[in-house]
Amino acid sequence: MTAQTMGRNSVQYISPTRERVMGVLFLVAAVAMWFFFLRNTEPGVVTTFGMTPGGSKVVAPDWVFETSFALQVLIFLTAFLGVYQLARGFKQRTNLILGIVSGFFIFAFLAWGTAGVSLNLAGLLRVMVIRSVPLTLGAFSGILCERSGVFNIAIEGMMLTAAFTATLFGSVTQNIWIGLVSGMLSGLLLGGVLAVLAIKYKVDQIIAGTVINIFSTGLTSFLSAKFLQKYQELNNPGRFPNWDFPGLSQIPFIGPIFFSHNLYVYTMYALLIVLTVALFYTRWGLRLRSVGEHPKAADTLGIPVNRTRYMAVLLGGLMAGFAGTYFTLGSVGRFDEVLTAGRGFIALAAMIFGNWNPLGAFGAGLLFGFSDSLAGKLTILRVPIHNKFLEMAPYLVTIIVLAGVIGRGQPPAAGGKPYEKE
Amino acid sequence: MEDSKKREVQNPKGLNVFLEEVRRSPLTVTFLAIFTGLFLGGIIAALTSEQMYAALRVSVGEGIKVGAQAAWNTYRALFLGAFGDPAKISAAFASGDWLQINRALSPFFESLVQATPYIFAGLAVAFGFRVGLFNIGAEGQIFVGALAAVWAGVFIKGLPAIIHAPLALLIGGLGGALWGFVPGWLKAKTGAHEVIITIMMNYIAFRLSEYLLTGYLRDPNKTTPISAPIETTAWIPRLFPDPNRFHLGFFIALGIAYLVYLLLFKTTWGFELRTVGANPSAAHYAGMNIVRSTVITMSLSGMLAGLAGANEVLGVNRNLGVAFSSGYGFDSIALALLGNSHPLGVVLAALLFGFLRNGAIQMQLTAGIPIDIISIIQAMILAFIAAPAIIRTIYRLKPPKEVEVAIRSEGESA
Repeated sequence: MTAQTMGRNSVQYISPTRERVMGVLFLVAAVAMWFFFLRNTEPGVVTTFGMTPGGSKVVAPDWVFETSFALQVLIFLTAFLGVYQLARGFKQRTNLILGIVSGFFIFAFLAWGTAGVSLNLAGLLRVMVIRSVPLTLGAFSGILCERSGVFNIAIEGMMLTAAFTATLFGSVTQNIWIGLVSGMLSGLLLGGVLAVLAIKYKVDQIIAGTVINIFSTGLTSFLSAKFLQKYQELNNPGRFPNWDFPGLSQIPFIGPIFFSHNLYVYTMYALLIVLTVALFYTRWGLRLRSVGEHPKAADTLGIPVNRTRYMAVLLGGLMAGFAGTYFTLGSVGRFDEVLTAGRGFIALAAMIFGNWNPLGAFGAGLLFGFSDSLAGKLTILRVPIHNKFLEMAPYLVTIIVLAGVIGRGQPPAAGGKPYEKE
Repeated sequence: MEDSKKREVQNPKGLNVFLEEVRRSPLTVTFLAIFTGLFLGGIIAALTSEQMYAALRVSVGEGIKVGAQAAWNTYRALFLGAFGDPAKISAAFASGDWLQINRALSPFFESLVQATPYIFAGLAVAFGFRVGLFNIGAEGQIFVGALAAVWAGVFIKGLPAIIHAPLALLIGGLGGALWGFVPGWLKAKTGAHEVIITIMMNYIAFRLSEYLLTGYLRDPNKTTPISAPIETTAWIPRLFPDPNRFHLGFFIALGIAYLVYLLLFKTTWGFELRTVGANPSAAHYAGMNIVRSTVITMSLSGMLAGLAGANEVLGVNRNLGVAFSSGYGFDSIALALLGNSHPLGVVLAALLFGFLRNGAIQMQLTAGIPIDIISIIQAMILAFIAAPAIIRTIYRLKPPKEVEVAIRSEGESA
């Protein structure tokens, strides 16, 4: 969080109205937990959470607790936080407390939904991490572009093209690494198209992104229908194997969830650190951000605005390409038409929800990955919520964040505007 | 180059003046953009034909010949699919049999059927552009419009057709309007960027339609998620016997396009809206209400897109399945730009896209070329229209005299 305030308005004004609204919201959450969950729970019923993902060798004992007792504790804590917020206020830490309350609510929901049955919590969280990969990596691509002042709504198209290219070249050469590199290069190429359209020709960046999205959908579906479906051997690039991170993967519960994955998950962790450091603690990052915030000032100081933007968008394309190859090389191991299914736009949402910040985007990716993962398990829980509503959740929370209900996001100030020297 | 320029200055008469005008006209760029898009589409068709690679092994000349043949066959199949086979049409007219004439002409009318939702959706995007708003959410609004219309068509019973069909169409439009109102209102009240909000609204609409089609709206007699057929009283009437699906909706679309034209260019209110689009701060100082115009524009734009969905449900499909729209909303962005955001231009561009789409559907059936090639062509046309400098460089055209009004989504607030 400190990183994000660097170079931005460090004096934060805290609206008293918002403080009160949040306090009321916390209390409402407490009441809702009582009304929906506790009221409908028989005393004495237990919740069983499995703590070992299916197939994992690192075994942790199941977590069994009495549902109504857990709910009472959570309701008490939430109500306390709400009262404290109204009486004294958490000031700067309001968003953190909001996160905690949301966590309580989700946990209460799971505990109530699992009352009398059992749910593999570790499996749920493991799938969350897996599902978050393309969202987080796609959001990183968006961050690179938009921090430099170029909107990138073409993440979807770049990922789709990269998924296709990786499959084709990986299958032809029978070498998964060539598939990976060619997929990334195809993302780079489309990043170049976006950059040339947006920077050189000053095309509206939303339109430039739309061009890439329509083109990618058309081209990959066309080639896939024409070749991949006919010659199945062209659609078999293989998959990256899982690899247990030495040491860390042996921690019960945590290990199998976070440290027993393929290349993509570990690269995501590494990129999270690299990108955060590069953007906020290096001269390179300061220059990139300055070009997105105030290009004229940057230009005055001798920073080549358009060259910086070219570089950022090309890197963004490369990143989106890497994210795209995940769909085939890291996940299902074959290409199907439009297999990204709108994940590029959820990545966009994760970028906004994460406030154009790598760490935030990672958190948002995990959150959206969780809702995705939970949507797949809802049927076990016998709760009266349709999984389609959970699938809507990422889009809804993004709208809520954009509208400023929970803390307004701060997009780069010069986003979307081509820079013209005077 | 230098020489010819001098000559034109010395002798600005006759053909030269005409050529000079042609070279500067934005219309030239539009036509060349379409032509170049189609040309590159042909090259892609050639490059992806297996016969060409087989022929290349014989000789380069043979390969080029076969490749050109493949491109030619693609466009021939596309043309025949879009307009019908001239030989069949003349034979049908010679025989004088109405049924045969109807059959022979039905590809042409089917193209108009395909163009109809494009007209509505293109108007939706163009209307937003004129007021400086980027409605990228036409696709979602189409879905909600279709959902609302199918609800009105299935669950309202016992009305005469003269009331039921227009009512269902209107309810569909209102559904789309609601989906446009939300981003408009959020933009006006909180400054949230309408592009992002409408993208999110798209996906909410998709999930909502999946939810409703597997539950509330689902036909209880079917195993697939599809709605019950709408009441016959809600049908937009078809004008010819089967298999010709041409229906009244096409003329409704033309009428609505005319209304949009009147609203934008012939009323004070339309002038206000366009001023807000061209120069928001000037409009603000002139006392125009930007908040109100934003909300109304997004709602009306959503309504137009909603009508596209309703029109498909009531006139063509007469029920609603999952993923019925397949990209009308996104194509309409290309189409609105191609039509220079003018209702007449939008209608012409919609006709082009309708003929392309219907031709491609037939082409897929007869020549085995996947329909997605038209998406590639459309994307390239969109790129050339959006970046006219590319076309001007390729064909050595001169820049236009007047400053082009570029469409630009505002970037200050997201």
